Amino acid sequence: MIVRFFHQMGSPRYFYGVAGKLIPWFMVSFLITLVLGLYYGLFVAPPDYQQGESYRIMYIHVPAAWMSMFIYVVMAVSGLISLVWRIKMTEVVVISSATVGASFTFLALATGSLWGKPMWGSWWVWDARLTSELLLLFLYLGIIALHSAIEDKRVAARAVSILALVGVVNIPIIHYSVEWWNTLHQPASITKFGKPSMDMSMLVPLLTMAISFKLYYGAVVLMRARAEIVERERNARWVQELVQEEAK
Amino acid sequence: MSTLSLTSAFTLLLKRDMTLAYRRRSELVNPLLFFVLVTAMFPLGIGNDPKLIEAVGPGVIWVAALLAALLSLDAMFRSDFEDGSLEQFMLSAHPVSILVLAKILAHWLVTGLPLFIAAPLLAVLLNIPGDAIPTLMLTLILGTPVLSLIGSVGVALTVGLRRGGVILSLLVLPLYVPVLIFATDAVKTAIVGIPTTAQLSILSAMLVGSLVLAPLATAASLRISLS
Amino acid sequence: MSEFFAMGGYAAYVWPSFLLAAIILVANIVAPLQQHKRVLTEIARKLRRARKEQS
Repeated sequence: MIVRFFHQMGSPRYFYGVAGKLIPWFMVSFLITLVLGLYYGLFVAPPDYQQGESYRIMYIHVPAAWMSMFIYVVMAVSGLISLVWRIKMTEVVVISSATVGASFTFLALATGSLWGKPMWGSWWVWDARLTSELLLLFLYLGIIALHSAIEDKRVAARAVSILALVGVVNIPIIHYSVEWWNTLHQPASITKFGKPSMDMSMLVPLLTMAISFKLYYGAVVLMRARAEIVERERNARWVQELVQEEAK
Repeated sequence: MSTLSLTSAFTLLLKRDMTLAYRRRSELVNPLLFFVLVTAMFPLGIGNDPKLIEAVGPGVIWVAALLAALLSLDAMFRSDFEDGSLEQFMLSAHPVSILVLAKILAHWLVTGLPLFIAAPLLAVLLNIPGDAIPTLMLTLILGTPVLSLIGSVGVALTVGLRRGGVILSLLVLPLYVPVLIFATDAVKTAIVGIPTTAQLSILSAMLVGSLVLAPLATAASLRISLS
Repeated sequence: MSEFFAMGGYAAYVWPSFLLAAIILVANIVAPLQQHKRVLTEIARKLRRARKEQS
């Protein structure tokens, strides 16, 4: 059964259809969890004893940062699958995730700096996590730039898969060296920027937001994949029929 | 027709590249000049307060080395790609990653090594104390091959593009950050006189790691870019 | 209610970040849909031209 699934998923037409059916489900569940997360995050969760209300930016910043990492790993894994088993559809997933990943990384950076301003008094602090996030953004932009530079989309997708793999191998090294570099110049006593040990009322909204961002990613990557498939298979017969159907 | 053994193929390719480079000797000095020039620019920008320059020195030298390596990366496969000999290498019976390693070694000998030779002069320019110079040269010896190895993956990916240069720097510079951090930190601790075994061992770990993994990634990228 | 919007004095930081998040989330939904529509209309136009040449 699994083999049949893989074989079927390999055919663009089948993937296009399945993606079309899945997107509404992803979107609806994303909206529900988003509303829940925001409601609990903004209204129910108590203000932080130190940062007061400004910590609520965490409900966007932390899930976005998690997503930026998560999407890069998904890109690397689907890149590996597309290189090893030559499945066309995983190639499409790689490039469809790049822009979303870059947007989440940018969002994490922007909200990080907006959160840092009241807390540390400056828009940008060379904190280890923010710096690694910035380098991750450059890795994403490299992938997007490489994909748009290569005309033949099949070659582009496989080149991008290799770059994603090289990137994912380097991310822990970059992160470790930035941590090392960060502890050299700043006293270790700087306030921990990560998740302080939170009680449930703060943690639950955070996890709901994280889940809603993942559902959002599911919907968007499938949307982009459908657009990419139609563009790649433009002269395939099933696309022509599809277009005629819609034209009627 | 006697088939070449792997080692002779490797040395043949290396000799070929070195003679080619030797024929264009005047070009060899360009990365070196760029390296010295960029390093000389910083004190002009920062001002001649010796303490400030010394504090910034190691970082300046290593950023300049990074840019010099990046600048010279494009030449690694460009000429072979244009005259088609790159495809011939890909068709050879020997594992492509070993042949690619020969090309990377040739590229390093031509561009990485000169930086190592120029380092003492630049250390004096940026008044880095004398006893830190051996560490600086050690970091350059360990670091510049890593720059060529990681850079070769980026070059292999962008070899097919007409103006791949800008994209190459966008792909490769983030991957150079660990080398930059540990090399600069090694020199900084050497200036203060603290033993730098930790940084140097991490640098050599990076060297060994990229020596093993980079040729594989480069070979795969070349196969894709040329397909 | 206005006290809620004040966000304990941090309104200038909290609301822009939520606004930015909304913009980015919406943009990433609109962009693929538009690209999808653009490609489909492009193909439709080519089809129509191809059929016109045959007839």
